[in-house]
Amino acid sequence: MTSATLSPALAPARRLGVAAGLRHTFTLAWRSLVQIKHNPMELLDLSIQPVMFVLLFTYVFGPAIAGSSGEYLTFMLPGIMVQNALFATMTTGFGLNNDLTKGVFDRLRALPIARWAPLAGRILADTVKQAWSIALLLGVGSILGFRVGNGVLGVVGAFALLLAFTLAASWISVLVGVLVSEPDKVQIFGFMVIFPLTFTSNIFVPTDRMPGWLQNWVEVNPVTVVADALRGLLVGGPVAGPVLQTLLWGAGIAVIFAPLAVRGLRRRV
Amino acid sequence: MDHAIRAEGLVRRFGATTALAGVDLAVPTGTVFGLLGPNGAGKTTAVRVLATLLRADEGHATVGGFDVVRDAHRVRQLIGLTGQYASVDETLTGAENLLLIGRLLGLSRADAKQRGRQLLDDFGLSDAADRAVKTFSGGMRRRLDLAASLVGRPQVLFLDEPTTGLDPRSRNDLWDVVRTLVADGVTVLLTTQYLEEADQLAGEIAVVDHGRVIAQGTPEELKAKTGGQTLTVRPADVADLGTVVAIAAEVAGVTPEVAQTAVTVAVNDARVLPVMVSRLDAAEIPVAELALRGASLDEVFLSLTGHRAEDAPADTDLERTPA
Repeated sequence: MTSATLSPALAPARRLGVAAGLRHTFTLAWRSLVQIKHNPMELLDLSIQPVMFVLLFTYVFGPAIAGSSGEYLTFMLPGIMVQNALFATMTTGFGLNNDLTKGVFDRLRALPIARWAPLAGRILADTVKQAWSIALLLGVGSILGFRVGNGVLGVVGAFALLLAFTLAASWISVLVGVLVSEPDKVQIFGFMVIFPLTFTSNIFVPTDRMPGWLQNWVEVNPVTVVADALRGLLVGGPVAGPVLQTLLWGAGIAVIFAPLAVRGLRRRV
Repeated sequence: MDHAIRAEGLVRRFGATTALAGVDLAVPTGTVFGLLGPNGAGKTTAVRVLATLLRADEGHATVGGFDVVRDAHRVRQLIGLTGQYASVDETLTGAENLLLIGRLLGLSRADAKQRGRQLLDDFGLSDAADRAVKTFSGGMRRRLDLAASLVGRPQVLFLDEPTTGLDPRSRNDLWDVVRTLVADGVTVLLTTQYLEEADQLAGEIAVVDHGRVIAQGTPEELKAKTGGQTLTVRPADVADLGTVVAIAAEVAGVTPEVAQTAVTVAVNDARVLPVMVSRLDAAEIPVAELALRGASLDEVFLSLTGHRAEDAPADTDLERTPA
């Protein structure tokens, strides 16, 4: 085969630049977000469940746990933001597994695009969805009486910290998405792990109200750590310690799970 | 000769399974090459290696002159891929799918939309352009898959079982598209389980089984080798069986087989049928069944593996086939 059969305009480039890779990432993120337009259920999933949780916990459990709904909302809202964010990370693994099993991923890999763009595009789109959920929870919380204690800076900080943590946690979701045979199993994993993990933290019930043996776990549970950091940023109280711990947890999760997920993906395709 | 696709000694194992056990291919530029074989023969694995989706454990391959591993990015700029596993996004509309691929290939938004509209039009999908793909019929879905692989005007197109599960009309439409593409100079590597499909489209066919090419040649050569068609005669009276065998042997020029009360013989020329009828008539033999049908993939395989049992390499067998 000689270059004579290729028209000069089509002579293929040997490599891709980072700018091109970012462009591919944005295009693929667009693809994941435009899906919402055709599947409004996904937006409802993203919105109704967290709002329902806030309402139920505030009015059903609030008076029993904290004495009043208002006080409980202040305590619980930062925590429920963490729980919701963790559940939402499962979207990444679900979507990835869907692409892998349906063949979309192979279609993309056969295109001359950056190797990392399909995954990066999905994660970017899911981060946008996360930001939407966080804003929604804060908005609904405000309507119900949640008051921000640290001003705009606290809100921006809470947003950034939670997004950073979910970005790290989404590598666990990617790993699950790569390992399981069908998308629904990602959801099942999410429920099996995230439910107990988030309920055995201090996001709904203060640590000292739990049995002694459980308190030890609750204190080291990373969900507790992230919830404390968000409380500090949004409501008030210690900030530096929990924020630092959250960042360390995030870094640790990413360092362990990102390589595993990438290796798993390479093996799968 | 100029080869758009070349593969030498491709080996690929999945655990204990050997999907490719040393495959050599050479596809001349601007032709259709058919990989024919049953499920699990290794056809899809071969396509995935050539389309840069999978690395071979041994051997190497080039597409458009570029190594599929070292120059994978260049290969990807030349190829289009359509198969059961390389799919479009079901949740997007047809137009959005093509727009997505156009954008990923570096077209401006306007150009990508324009290219998408043109392809949807070419494939008779304009009316469904703004419907989610999951509402498409099987035939529409395949056409969109093919359109998606053509957005970048590929020079080499991989079609992995493009018509499996399609009704005859959709299948014929798709065949026409392939013929048009080849007329425009595109090289096509087609995998199929259907001898007829390979016969209709491919200039050259490689028969694949257990990860090996067990025979290769033009459709005519393969059909000659395997008995392109099978003639079955069942005399009404079993006593006539011997006479029928003698007539069949004489007319077809090869030894017939007798199974229970029927005589079957491989024929390479459809004119055998009228000759057979007149000979049976002249001999005044009443016939309970008389049928001429095309060789199925099963028969091709039976025939080819039969030759292998004689310890002769399948490829050289082709040259010894009586014409």
